This record gives sequence, structure tokens and C-alpha cells, in this order.
Amino acid sequence: MHWPLGSLLTLAWRNLWRNYRRTLIMLLAIALGVWAMIVMSALMRGMTDQMVRNGLATLPGEAQIHHPEFLLDPSVVNHMPMPAGRLLEQLNSAPITAWAARLRVPAVLASEYASRGVTLLGVDPAQEDALGSLPETLLEGRMLAGADDRGILLGAGLAARLETGLGKRIVLMTQDTANNVADRGVRIVGIYRARLQGDEERFAYVGRGALQELLGLEQRVTEIAVSASDYTAVDAWLPALQAAASPELEVLGWTELHTFLGSMLAVQEGFVLVFMVVVFLVLSFGLINTLVMAVFERTRELGLMQALGMRPALILLQVLLESLLLLALGLLAGNSLALATLLPLRDGVDISAVAEGMEMMEMGTTLYPLLALDDMLMSTAVVLTLGLLASLLPAWRASRLDPVRALARH
Amino acid sequence: MNITWRLAWRNLWRHWRRTWLTVGAMVFCNMLLIFLISVQLGSYQMMIDNSLGAFTGHLQLQHEGFDEEQRIRQSMPAVAERARQVQELLGAEAVAARGIAYALASSEERSFGIQVTGVEPEREPRVSTLPGLLREGRYLSGADGEIVVGALLARNLRVAPGDEITILGSGRDGSFAAAIATVVGIVDSGIPDLDRALAQVSLPWFQTVFSMGDHGHSVVVRLPNLEQVPLAVTTLQALRAEHPELVVLDWDQLQPGLRQAIRSDMASAWVMYGVLILLVAFSVLNTQLMSVLERTREFGVMLALGVSPGRLARLVGLETALLAALGLGLGVLLGALLALYLQQAGFTFPGMEEMNARFNLPERIYPPVTLASLLWGPLTVFLGALLAAVYPALRLFGLQPVAAMRAT
Repeated sequence: MHWPLGSLLTLAWRNLWRNYRRTLIMLLAIALGVWAMIVMSALMRGMTDQMVRNGLATLPGEAQIHHPEFLLDPSVVNHMPMPAGRLLEQLNSAPITAWAARLRVPAVLASEYASRGVTLLGVDPAQEDALGSLPETLLEGRMLAGADDRGILLGAGLAARLETGLGKRIVLMTQDTANNVADRGVRIVGIYRARLQGDEERFAYVGRGALQELLGLEQRVTEIAVSASDYTAVDAWLPALQAAASPELEVLGWTELHTFLGSMLAVQEGFVLVFMVVVFLVLSFGLINTLVMAVFERTRELGLMQALGMRPALILLQVLLESLLLLALGLLAGNSLALATLLPLRDGVDISAVAEGMEMMEMGTTLYPLLALDDMLMSTAVVLTLGLLASLLPAWRASRLDPVRALARH
Repeated sequence: MNITWRLAWRNLWRHWRRTWLTVGAMVFCNMLLIFLISVQLGSYQMMIDNSLGAFTGHLQLQHEGFDEEQRIRQSMPAVAERARQVQELLGAEAVAARGIAYALASSEERSFGIQVTGVEPEREPRVSTLPGLLREGRYLSGADGEIVVGALLARNLRVAPGDEITILGSGRDGSFAAAIATVVGIVDSGIPDLDRALAQVSLPWFQTVFSMGDHGHSVVVRLPNLEQVPLAVTTLQALRAEHPELVVLDWDQLQPGLRQAIRSDMASAWVMYGVLILLVAFSVLNTQLMSVLERTREFGVMLALGVSPGRLARLVGLETALLAALGLGLGVLLGALLALYLQQAGFTFPGMEEMNARFNLPERIYPPVTLASLLWGPLTVFLGALLAAVYPALRLFGLQPVAAMRAT
């Protein structure tokens, strides 16, 4: 069987421009639809990406190692040894880029005026630096100098609530492994500002060694945070880490540690596709309409072609080609338009007007749209697949015309 | 029936496939909008009700600066009397006094820093839903030495009803505050932040333990609905004449994140709706432009017979209006059925449970059917469709009868 693709393509192209106004309006509609698909998904993806990043910066890390009881019972009683042997080897090998062993314990900080419950983090500043989990902005004073620093680093919000300030002494109360209250006076060496105000009031940092000493826990920690700098690729290295850790330890990825972020990411993936399909469905009415009318106007012509011996299959193909050309042009225009919109927004969109609402979703004050090639490909796939599917009906009708009746039409 | 109406109606059905496809686009878009808007408005309403109902209330009377700094000394004297006064001024039933302090809570095995709230046990259930969300035990009876804690706090402290908790903190005068309380009930609100922090004792005992005298930190008011808040705030300003150190805070000031979260969600939702509506408008534009172009000869004849271009434009406008009205009517009808069904059956999607817990929402949303949720979207689609007819109608004014009659 001979398939004169070249001439069919020419025919389809010329037919497309016979009614240029209709084609242009349809092109505009497709371009707008595709633009919306890509821009909206880039904004949504940017938002989720930032939520996940911020969430993981606070968590911190993309995976954590704990005593198996610790997550349900975040008490110092559930401590574990510092990493050693195979686990240490695994932690220091690629693709893992940073890890930090820390003591995370509930504590009460009391000034002479007020007291607040906080989560106290006993850290080794060098390890945390590599992980990027220390507060970014230091307002006053200095960061912790080392794991044995005997000072405390407080958030500005917490310092205000405690009515205290840099250089003052406050009382740190926490529980040791025998459930006795361990307390000690500590000097405030630095005041930090966190991206999210809630974190500022929740976390206080002290030297790991100093805290271990207070609690009588030499070389013991409650949490090891691990990062490989890419939250999407955790599955690649997590199993090896789990195998290297002793069976008494629990090694979990972030989707299990922070279920909200995990489900958020999954919902967003699904939502992008649903949004694209919905936009296309609204668009498809116009597309079918255009094709139905284009076929209707050419009833006689199509009848003549058939009478002259053109096979129905070729007529079907010709209408489909026409639709394909229209969709492809629309996709091209829509994608270029989306790129033109998103490139100037690369440096972020200021959303500080709704900052506190965004904080409920663990967002900062700037939204960075994230253009993913996947989204562009997905929108193209959705538009082409569903578009051709929608064109099948008018194309099939065109190919099933009765030549005699079609020719008799005016 | 007027001749223009009849003409318009008949013209509409010359290409019945095209008309139905255009109407179909509108109906589909309308149903979609009704669905999205009712879920959206429904979840905002629930977000506000649940967030405020849980603890914050619609408005609070506090000492100036307490909301920001939460210092124990920023208290108001005779808080219970003040609450009764507010109750009288507003004629509202749901008013309660509270005291708030931070302390270290220790059970036999564990210690955690917590926020202790002193409440009036017989009034608190009227302003807050938490007392009604007991999982175990009972609510406070008013006796000294009783404490109700959140489910996560109970788990962290490893306590059950009957167990004792030691509370250590500092009193209003800076003195050492210590007490032993027996857990009588455990509250499970499903909101992790609340369940982790909640600890309530009776207000008189709270005042004793923290050396507060008759002081407290807030008077909480819950009103039947949000619309009454501004008036109530104005009414309570009268109190400031006598007590200039007091401030009246409404829910937006108490929980600023809430309105902003709604606003940002609303903005992104409207961008999406705008795109859908524009796409439908394009569909209508296409249909009407084609229907005008293919009738060029016919319009030429009508012009030659003395019909004014204005009247022709009105005809095209009327056709569009009929088309759009069909889409509006059918869309609202089908959309209302869908919305009514959702109101009964509820709506959920995989992953929604975790996300909703974040915003104090239940795992299934039952969006209420309101006039706003039914008409907002479809009316905008209707207007968009009418606007789309402007260009095709304007073209008629440039038509030359002779040339038009010869057009192919």
C-alpha cells in the first residue's frame, strides 16, 4: 500500500491556513493552555521544592539514624553510640556529602524573668556546617566555636520571650538518663535569626561535648543526620547505609521521618498531571469544534477525493495530520511563551505579603519557580496524546462520508 | 416572540454540533469551577472554624504586649470578673478567662518543657473544642491538682490518667513555682502542635501555683460567626477607658498566618480559574467569529434590505447571550447536583489526610453548597463569553452591503 505522506502533509498544512482566523484563535487557545500548564506546574514545583528543602534543613538531612525507640519517645534515655566501624566508613563515602552526630533533647531554659520549653541541640559546629543545618543568619555574638563550647546559641524570638540577651547567663534544665533534672548555668554567646519564626523559638544550640558532659553521656548521641545534597536520590544510598548500621539502630529516609513532606510531594506530582488534563479537557472542546467545522465545510471536497479514489484511511490520516500540525504549533508557541515568562522569574517571586501564611507551609518569603524538563515533556505528551484522541472522531467521520451524498451537498 | 429573538434562536441551531460543543465547553468548565470553588470555600471555612474553635477563639482581651512577648507579668487583674464583664457587654455566652505560664513538666520517667494553661473548667468547653476531644479520662472538675494533657505530651511523658506530673516553673513575682498534678484526662485533637503542648489546669489552682493572685492573661470570646467579630471588637474598646493597658485582639491578629494562607491559596486558585475561563472564552470567540464570517453574504443582503449594522450586532450579541445562558443554566444545574452530592458524600484524595492535619482540617471535606460557590464561577464564564462576542459583533459595522453580498 502506498502512503503519500508528503502530499498529505502539504494538504493538511494548506487546509490549516484556509481559515486562518479560526486556526489562529485555536492556536492562541492551545498556546495559552500549554503556557498555563507549564507555568503553573513550575510555580507549584518551586513551592514544593522549597517546602521540602526548608523542611529538610530543619529535619535536618535526607536520612537519620536513631535508637529505634527515639522517634516515639524523644528522650535522652534512647541514646546510641557515635558512629564507628562500617557505619562510619559508609558515612564517609560517596555519595554522602555530609553527616552530623547530635544530641537532641527536650529542655527548659530559664532566665530570671521567664522560662520556655525548647528542643536543645548538642552539636559539633564543623559537622553541622557541612550539613548546612546551623542557622544562616547570626544577629549578634558568635557561632559555637567547637563541640566543647560551653556557651549557648539562642534564636532572637526566644531571647525576646526570655527577656535576655547576648552575654547574659540563663539556666538550662534537662533530664539525664536517670530522670534526674540536670541543670547548669550557660552564657549566651550568640543570637541567631531563622528563616521560620517558629524554629527560632524552638531550637537552641549548645556544644555536643559540653552537653554530653552535663548528661553524663560520653561519646553517646541521639541522632545522626545524613545528607547527600539531593533529596530526590535518597533511595540510591539509603539501603547501603541501612546495611552498614548495626541492627539495633533505625535508619529512615525523610519521607518516613517527615510524612507531611513526603505526601505533599506525592500529591503535587499527581496534581500537576490532573491540572494538565483538566486544562486540556477544556481546550479539547474547542479543538473538536474546529475540526468538526473544518471537515463540515469540506464535505464536497472530501466526497470528490473519495470519488476520485482516495482511500478513507488516507482521509483519516489527513485530518489527523491537520490536527497534529495545529497541536504542534500550539505547543511550540506555548512552550516558548512559558520560557519567556519563567526566565525573568528565575531569581524568585516576592511573596512576603503573605509570609505568615506561607510559614504554615514551611515556606520562606520568596518563591522560586522550578522549571522541570519533565513538566514540559509531560504537557507535550498530554496535549499530543489527548489531542489526537479527540481528533479521531471528526477524522473518522470525514473518512466515512458517502461520496455520492457528499458531492450532492451544497 | 420578538423577531430578533427568533432569528437568534434559529441561527444558533444551524450548526447544532458546533453549538452543543461550545455549550459543552461552558458546562464542563462551570461544573469544574463549582466543584473547585465549593471545595475551596468549604475548606477555608473549616480551616477558620477548626483553628479558631480549637483554642484561640474569635477574639481575646489581653494585656498589651502579651500576644507578642508572652511574659507572665503581662497579666490583667481580676480576670474572672473581667470575663463576666465582657460576657455582659457582648451578651455572648461563650466567654472564658485563662492564665498561661511555661514550666518544666516531669513524670516519673520523663521531663518536657510545656505551656500550662489555667482555664475555667465550666466555661472553657464553650469557647474551645478541646475539652470535647477527650480520648481517655474526664475533663477538669475544678478541683485543685488536676491536669488534662494532650495525647502526644502524654506519650512523651509516658503518663496515663491517674499518674502524677511535677510542674516546675517561676511565678508571676519571680518566685519558684512547684506543684504536683494528677492526670485526669487526655485530649486527642489530631493537631500535632496542640497535642504536643496542651496542658490545662483549673484557673484558681493555676493562680495559686504561679503566685498570680486574681490575675490572668486572657479573656477568650467565641462568637456564633465571623461576621460578628468587628462589632464585638468595637464594643469591647469601651473597656479600655477604665483599663488602658488592655488590648482587644481579633482572630486575624491572634493567628495572622490563617488569613494569609487563605489569601495566597485564593490568588493561585484564581490564576487557574482565569486560565480555564479564558480558554472557554476563546472557544466562544471561535464559534461566534466563524458563524459571523460564514454568514457574510446573508448579512450583506440584510444590510441591503435596510437592517442597520447595530441591529445585526445586537443579533449576534443575542445569539451569544443565548448560547452562554444555555451553558450557564445547564452548568449550574449539573454543577449544583455535583455539589449537593459532595456535600453528602464528602470529598478526599490520596495524601489529603496528612496535608489537612497541617491546616486543622478533617480528612474528608464536606463542602457546603452556597449561592456564592454555585454562581461565582459560572457567572464569570458567562461574562467572559459575552465579552468574546464583542469582536465578531464589531466586524459587522465595517461590512459593505455590495461587497458582502458577493463574498464567497
